Amino acid sequence: MPNMQPEKTPVREQEPKVRARNFKEVSSCYTDAEALNEAQRCLNCKNKPCVSGCPVGVRIPEFIEKIREGDIPAAYDIIKTTNGLPAVCGRVCPQESQCESKCVRGIKSEPVGIGRLERYCADYMADKAPKSEKPAPNGHKVAIVGSGPSGLSCASDLAKLGYEVTVFEAFHTAGGVLMYGIPEFRLPKATVQREVDGLRALGVEIRTDMVIGKILSVDELFEMGYEAVFIGTGAGLPNFMGIDGESLVGVYSANEYLTRTNLMKAYLDDYDTPINHEKKIAVVGGGNVAMDAARSALRLGAEKVYIVYRRSADEMPARREEVHHAVEEGIEFRYLTNPVEILGDENGKVRGLKCVKMELTEPDQSGRRGVKPIEGSEFELETDAVIMAIGTSPNPLIRSTTKGLETNRRGCFVVDENMLTTREGVYAGGDAVTGAATVILAMGAGKSAAKSIDEYIKSKNNC
Amino acid sequence: MFKILGKRELNEQVTLMEIEAPLIAKKVRAGQFIIFRIDEYGERVPLTVADRDTEKGSITIIFQKVGRSTIMLGNLNEGDFILDVVGPLGVPTEIPEGAKKVAVIGGGVGCAIAYPQAKALCNSGIEVDVIAGFRNKDIVILEDEMRAVSTNYYITTDDGSYGTKGFVTNKLQELIDAGNHYDAVIAIGPVPMMKFVCAVTKPYGIKTIVSLNPIMIDGTGMCGGCRVRVGGKIKYACVDGPDFDGHEVDFDELMKRNSAYRDIEQHDREHICRLTGGVVNA
Repeated sequence: MPNMQPEKTPVREQEPKVRARNFKEVSSCYTDAEALNEAQRCLNCKNKPCVSGCPVGVRIPEFIEKIREGDIPAAYDIIKTTNGLPAVCGRVCPQESQCESKCVRGIKSEPVGIGRLERYCADYMADKAPKSEKPAPNGHKVAIVGSGPSGLSCASDLAKLGYEVTVFEAFHTAGGVLMYGIPEFRLPKATVQREVDGLRALGVEIRTDMVIGKILSVDELFEMGYEAVFIGTGAGLPNFMGIDGESLVGVYSANEYLTRTNLMKAYLDDYDTPINHEKKIAVVGGGNVAMDAARSALRLGAEKVYIVYRRSADEMPARREEVHHAVEEGIEFRYLTNPVEILGDENGKVRGLKCVKMELTEPDQSGRRGVKPIEGSEFELETDAVIMAIGTSPNPLIRSTTKGLETNRRGCFVVDENMLTTREGVYAGGDAVTGAATVILAMGAGKSAAKSIDEYIKSKNNC
Repeated sequence: MFKILGKRELNEQVTLMEIEAPLIAKKVRAGQFIIFRIDEYGERVPLTVADRDTEKGSITIIFQKVGRSTIMLGNLNEGDFILDVVGPLGVPTEIPEGAKKVAVIGGGVGCAIAYPQAKALCNSGIEVDVIAGFRNKDIVILEDEMRAVSTNYYITTDDGSYGTKGFVTNKLQELIDAGNHYDAVIAIGPVPMMKFVCAVTKPYGIKTIVSLNPIMIDGTGMCGGCRVRVGGKIKYACVDGPDFDGHEVDFDELMKRNSAYRDIEQHDREHICRLTGGVVNA
């Protein structure tokens, strides 16, 4: 008989006031008892709607059943068959719009806490997971460009099939956005490192400090004997608004602010990378990256942090949990507000953000409500830093150095349903194809590409 | 890990290092740069590549020991290792088409970056006049190397202790006044120097290329920290540069942006335990 408790089993969290001043993880992992209690809420539906909501098709009811049976290693193995990065996904997936949105329990009460259970399995196994056995090599080489979520999942699937996989990473550390973008308090870097180490144990070679398009071209990768190339270079170029004052000292892209903090660990005294500890910070944007930047700013000692978002709360693309955490921590949300100019002092430093109030317009044909400025509603927010978190675009380094790779007008690679680009043997996925999206969608794309690459290499070699 | 194959002090402040990096050596062109990270705790610091040796598989960097990371790098010796070296980054210098005579101007340690440019021009059969400027005689670097790749080599010092007394701009003006016709000027040095060189060349419409070195992290266009205003548009020095048309660059804004971490850097210089404490590569 399932546990009919209407709410998810709560997860322990650091007190908002305390956690807003440290970089430790906000949420704890379920205890064994909590996990069991939550697992018992699953109805084990025959048609498994939750699985259809997962971009990588995790066999959700099956792994939850194993938790109920107390066999956590078996639960973990089930997750791992389709998801190479459970510790990551359990923490950062937008479950509320994916698996959990389809959960039958969610119709009358709260859905099963699938994300929390996934994380529980991964964390439970963190120090127990046996080193993956290296599969027998099949003698074929594949190059993967970028070690973010799409590259890692593609590498993982291909390595399991026996391919000799090399991942090329431009930074000094593998992990892509999981390392430079998502903060420690949401996704501990040791967790990401463990997943990357797991790939190495599978035989994947990871070469850092390698900017493909500069040190080696895609053509040279083929010359080196790689039979296929997967491009998972993400959407790394930060967008700015194009308003006056964006070159002032104290204006950052969220990428810069987060990279200094997360990858370069500027918040720790031992590390050399500098970061300015501004006191009043406005973060422009309403996505997860904006939440991450705002919450990092608090932890770096800011006294006042604003989120400035031009639409209303209902349109905000950030995960509900992130917004909820941000509000709890004391971040002030200025909805229906749009910056028009960043104001500077005589030294070229930010002294304020001039904004205009916005109002929602009637829904357009797509049903989305637009916004327009309210005339004469300009006002100034006093800030000493502004962080732009209004999206990113794909990096042109590869498309500009590789012939025959078509991109669309936003600079994203054009691929077919098999993730094949317009060039034979070259596949792409993740944000480099879709523009900025989620970790799990990128992982799903990496998986699809791995399947296509396997089929391509097999058919080419008649095996 | 990247091995230091050789080290030479060019003056009290400036060090030359040859680093084993065969893949970079094969690809790098004049004007491009690398980013190094000295150890696990280090910053990512951009440095222009001064030379390469494809047979040895090495690149040469020349740096002034001004900040935490460059001081620490200067403490390393032949046989030591640098944790990360990534490159080549940026766009190689474009030799102006059809140019017959070019003036290459280096200010201080900027000569380290001007040198590969002069060499590349010289190798393509272009006549090169080098103007190298220093504060005084004690800090002159790369004189022999520059002489070897230039038709005329002029040196200026602020105090007149060597070469002509004055600034590179005085010498440049003098050469132009004397009837020298330059198809282009390449100027590399402190931002004010580049700004004033551009002021000299602008009335004559001489194309002037400057090499910028703003604050950056990744060097691949990702952080946007190195944005500079060129011709009214925002450019990223790491992927669009580091060379730009000097007549289009907003130097005043660049100087302000380069001061973003000055307070922290000042604090670093006063607190130098890790710089000299021997924990490098510990």
